[in-house]
Amino acid sequence: MDKFTVLTGVAAPLAIVNIDTDMLIPKQFLKTIKRTGLGKNLFDEMRYTQDGKEVADFVLNQPAWRQAKILVAGKNFGCGSSREHAPWALLDFGIRCVIAPSFADIFYNNCFKNGILPIALPQEQVDQLMDDARKGANAQMTIDLAAQTIKRPDGGTIAFDVDPFRKHCLLEGLDDIGLTLRKAAAIDGFEARLRQSMPWVG
Amino acid sequence: MAKPRTLFEKIWDAHLVDVQEDGTCLLYIDRHLVHEVTSPQAFEGLKVAGRKVRRPELVLAVADHNVPTTDRSKGIADPESRIQVETLEANCRDFGVPYFPMDDIRQGVVHIVGPEQGFTLPGATIVCGDSHTSTHGAFGALAFGIGTSEVEHVLATQTLVQKPAKAMLIRVDGALPAGVGAKDIVLAVVGRIGTAGGTGFVVEFAGEAIQRLSMEGRMTVCNMTIEAGARAGLIAPDETTFAYLAGRPQAPKGATWEAAVSYWKTLKTDEGAHFDAEVVIDAASLVPMVTWGTSPEDVLPITASVPSPADFADENKRSAVERSLDYMGLTPGTPLREVKIDRVFIGSCTNGRIEDLRAAAALAKGRKVAAGVGAMVVPGSGLVKEQAEAEGLHEVFLAAGFEWREPGCSMCLAMNADRLEPGERCASTSNRNFEGRQGRGGRTHLVGPEMAVAAAVTGRLADVRELLK
Repeated sequence: MDKFTVLTGVAAPLAIVNIDTDMLIPKQFLKTIKRTGLGKNLFDEMRYTQDGKEVADFVLNQPAWRQAKILVAGKNFGCGSSREHAPWALLDFGIRCVIAPSFADIFYNNCFKNGILPIALPQEQVDQLMDDARKGANAQMTIDLAAQTIKRPDGGTIAFDVDPFRKHCLLEGLDDIGLTLRKAAAIDGFEARLRQSMPWVG
Repeated sequence: MAKPRTLFEKIWDAHLVDVQEDGTCLLYIDRHLVHEVTSPQAFEGLKVAGRKVRRPELVLAVADHNVPTTDRSKGIADPESRIQVETLEANCRDFGVPYFPMDDIRQGVVHIVGPEQGFTLPGATIVCGDSHTSTHGAFGALAFGIGTSEVEHVLATQTLVQKPAKAMLIRVDGALPAGVGAKDIVLAVVGRIGTAGGTGFVVEFAGEAIQRLSMEGRMTVCNMTIEAGARAGLIAPDETTFAYLAGRPQAPKGATWEAAVSYWKTLKTDEGAHFDAEVVIDAASLVPMVTWGTSPEDVLPITASVPSPADFADENKRSAVERSLDYMGLTPGTPLREVKIDRVFIGSCTNGRIEDLRAAAALAKGRKVAAGVGAMVVPGSGLVKEQAEAEGLHEVFLAAGFEWREPGCSMCLAMNADRLEPGERCASTSNRNFEGRQGRGGRTHLVGPEMAVAAAVTGRLADVRELLK
């Protein structure tokens, strides 16, 4: 996993609530056995017509936001399916930070496993950043994870919360499995006790 | 005296391997269900890192999302779907993971297979790379969906890194009126608390109406807990649970069974335990429900009319409703019972079990699917299909004009060939009415199995109670 330290870029405004993972990456693209290559199908049914042409007014098709690295969206972002293809598609497109008033649990979790930072902020602050994002290519934001701040295009900053352990893993680009395997002895011990206390578990 | 604990806390505490200073927990996972869509990248990750599956015997794999529901003797026609299923088969072989192949009678939707086999047990921690893993909470198991990175983590370590969730109690008091079922309870819950109402929570369902439900009804309720934002739903195990599990192939036997049951009987929330939120619903007030929009929270009694954006105070919700109505092709003020439908889908991990098919068949008996409506029944597993055929249910469906298919996820998410055409409107017993969920441009109305039959035979969204008169 790539480290997440400081991210500067244009933010795409997508003022829709309940953006679900079916919208982020429709099921016909879940047949892949790879993690990569999904960026071109991010928001596929909103981004392309039935015959594969770009929908001109969809935000990621407009010149200002084709290179967006940040997404600003409505509440309950990422609801629905557990498909990790959703953060994979964002990442493959080049988006490494999503800002919204709230996130669905599984999606939120999946982001951290892929070097994507989801930031939950009060609606008023999201509205401010949505207005910034609408300004387009000249309105860059800077996300500083270590400092837990978002620097707005006008120079003002907004602070955000993040779980300290998840922050640490993102900053260092740490592999969860590697960390857990250091606790192998504890897992062995737990399993030995479980075999005694609940033999039906196996 | 020990502090009173919720059912959730009891299961959580019993699975703690390690707790870090910041409260991050390492949770032991007892059961891991695997399907073809969310696992290939996880197995690939293990291979790249040279890791093994720590406890293959605690894993059960089955292909369900991509499998055809028509004749399977020639395999899967779609090359991508075929590769994904073949990849699962190869990975199970390479890593020694138990697998039910497509031609095995035990194959089916992963959340129907687990309970059917007795793989799902009370008090267990159960995960799967699928959000509808919440289904298994019906047994008093802590069961939740995970992403592919976590699938890999569980395969490698049999644990997950987690933070404790908050606890919510949803009590459904009293008895359900005739014509109202488990699906209506959970649709009403989603409508009441909203699709993000349960975010950050594990929900325990309790109350007389829940206790009176069969295991299969309880699974329907827990299945759609995720539609209210909660990763897991829970129902305390009781005699109904034990009777369902006794004798299942992977359930404990003999003295171990006795020991297990006596432990399972302790799995209930203690008097005075703390919940962070509580919701009370009066079962007697419930009526058959149907969704009108593109979020499961867009749900109303069948007796209501299509709402207007102006009915909603929140500005964001108002614009979402405008978008939904435009997508759904609905006009505010139209009675829901006047909305004509083109297709009907009966099946899925929400409503593809034998009791769902029995209820649907009882209503379909002697009736005909309306002219111009295409209706299909997709059993949840090979064993459900076998049981239904032994009872002659397939003949009832076929005589009424329904198609009778092979088991799989089918048109719940339309990854196989079963899908809606743009603009087609479907009464569906599945769990999500998102834009494009059942096929690009398809319009989904979520209902229970009897309501689906009512829609099929009338050609419109219909109140099942009128047919029961």
